[in-house]
Amino acid sequence: MKQSKWSQILQWTLIVIMVIVSLFPLYLVLINAFKSHADIVANPLSFPLELYWQNFTKAWKNGHFGQGFLNSLRLAAITALIVLTASSLAGYVLGMKKFRGQKLVHVYFLMAMTVPVQLFLFPLYGALAKLGLIGSVYAVCFIIAAVNMPLAVMLMRTFFMKVPVQIEEAARLDGASTFQLLTRIVIPMVRPGMITVAVLIILNAWNEYLISSTFLQGEENFTVTLGYLTLNGASVTFDQGMKMAGALMIIVPILIFFLSLQRYFVDGLANGSLKE
Amino acid sequence: MIKQLKKHAYLALLLPSLLISVSIVVIPGIQTVYSSLTDWNGFAAKKTFIGLQNYARLFQDPYFRIALKNNLIWMLLFLTVPVAMGMAMALLLLHRRRSRNLLQMIFLIPYVLAPVVTAMIFKNIIYSPTSGFLHFLNELNQGLSLKNPLTNKDFGIIAVAAVDMWHFWSYLMIIYLAALRQTPQDQVEAAQLDGASFPQLFRHVYLPNIKPTAALMSIMIVIFSFLAFDYVNLLTQGGPAHYTEVLATLAYTKAFSERRIGMASAISVVMSAFGLIASILYTRLTIREERD
Repeated sequence: MKQSKWSQILQWTLIVIMVIVSLFPLYLVLINAFKSHADIVANPLSFPLELYWQNFTKAWKNGHFGQGFLNSLRLAAITALIVLTASSLAGYVLGMKKFRGQKLVHVYFLMAMTVPVQLFLFPLYGALAKLGLIGSVYAVCFIIAAVNMPLAVMLMRTFFMKVPVQIEEAARLDGASTFQLLTRIVIPMVRPGMITVAVLIILNAWNEYLISSTFLQGEENFTVTLGYLTLNGASVTFDQGMKMAGALMIIVPILIFFLSLQRYFVDGLANGSLKE
Repeated sequence: MIKQLKKHAYLALLLPSLLISVSIVVIPGIQTVYSSLTDWNGFAAKKTFIGLQNYARLFQDPYFRIALKNNLIWMLLFLTVPVAMGMAMALLLLHRRRSRNLLQMIFLIPYVLAPVVTAMIFKNIIYSPTSGFLHFLNELNQGLSLKNPLTNKDFGIIAVAAVDMWHFWSYLMIIYLAALRQTPQDQVEAAQLDGASFPQLFRHVYLPNIKPTAALMSIMIVIFSFLAFDYVNLLTQGGPAHYTEVLATLAYTKAFSERRIGMASAISVVMSAFGLIASILYTRLTIREERD
């Protein structure tokens, strides 16, 4: 389409404004992570004149980042494993088979996608307290897995629907067992879909707040984001530089993860809401 | 019989996901609905059945009314601001083949950050009137005396929602962009041959094609507006004096601080009810679309 010069200028102005809006807070984190509190109060926009590395060591120590990163990794990995296994199996049945009650299962997962955490949080807390599981990372993995399961099942279903039925029939004629069929033929075909689901679930588990802050009590069980939250508590002296350094240390790994796998991430977002 | 069972053995593959979902979501969910009809405090063995009294009391509770109002404000904000931003940027990126991927990536960065981190960044370096960006603006211009918007009783909830919108809008952009790109190219070309201007092209070609997706997204926004929790809890904890309370934070406080599980459960059921209505619409829309 032919567009005038002015229209182009206006369009790029809007785009640049949105880029600034998106990145400005992160720019503030980046530059202020290397400044002392006094320098930040004086001017939060100035570049650091010398690098104030103490911010990072202080944040790491006060926020228990070492233990936190380990717990976050464990939480994200186990949750992704649970969700990936269960949703692939269900997605295979829902996407490639026809059976009575299929619609019912489909509607169940669609409805479950929008259930608020508060609807099951309080009885679940009581139950886990009775079992002595408050503070257990594994219990939290299962809860976050349950919350993410409907979306994952729906995504896996659409990926399995793209596998041609003839392939399954041909393999059956060759005498392949269900297990062989799944591991040798079907799963390799839906692998990109599985990576997409894994990326989404890892990010969701890593970023989760409501469930982990409720159940992961005791500092040794904190995820890195919960540990970071303690830096903002009353017990720690007011230190803007330390908080920015802490934020930066959490942002960088998640950005690297996102930037290297963003193709799958965008794919997952778009597939979760679009019908093809 | 056994043959029949063997033929449907694959149904067992549904069990792991269903078991996890039912045991963690459905069964405790039913318990919550029951608790909402009792005066349970979370400790006592005794639960007295009191019918709908919790609900009756809720609607007289001034904090509940504030929370409900804030959820509605939240919904109106999210149905307009991020929708407009997402749609505008999706349209602007649609024909930019070279810059699209890079811009999409930049816009998505706020979306992938943890709410805890995002909330603390805004609370500290942006909104803080003693050491944040607001402080800097005040120093720059002595006539200015911006206060922390989070402590404002009228605008606090908007200041909280602003942070969530900063985080959320690019998700809508991705969805809209994906839907726009599925518009049949021949329709677009035909309209262009007819000399359609861009607004005409949008109204008569793109909009009808993305309407189902846009409707779906709006329903999702309505549902999630009644579930908003993270940013309110992290930025204001419902304060000052409950002015930024939403249903989810109110239920949480009632359950864990005041130990009134019955009351908290009633709020959760109200939240779910709003979601359920939207969710039924959503489910019907999705299934209808899949049929087409």
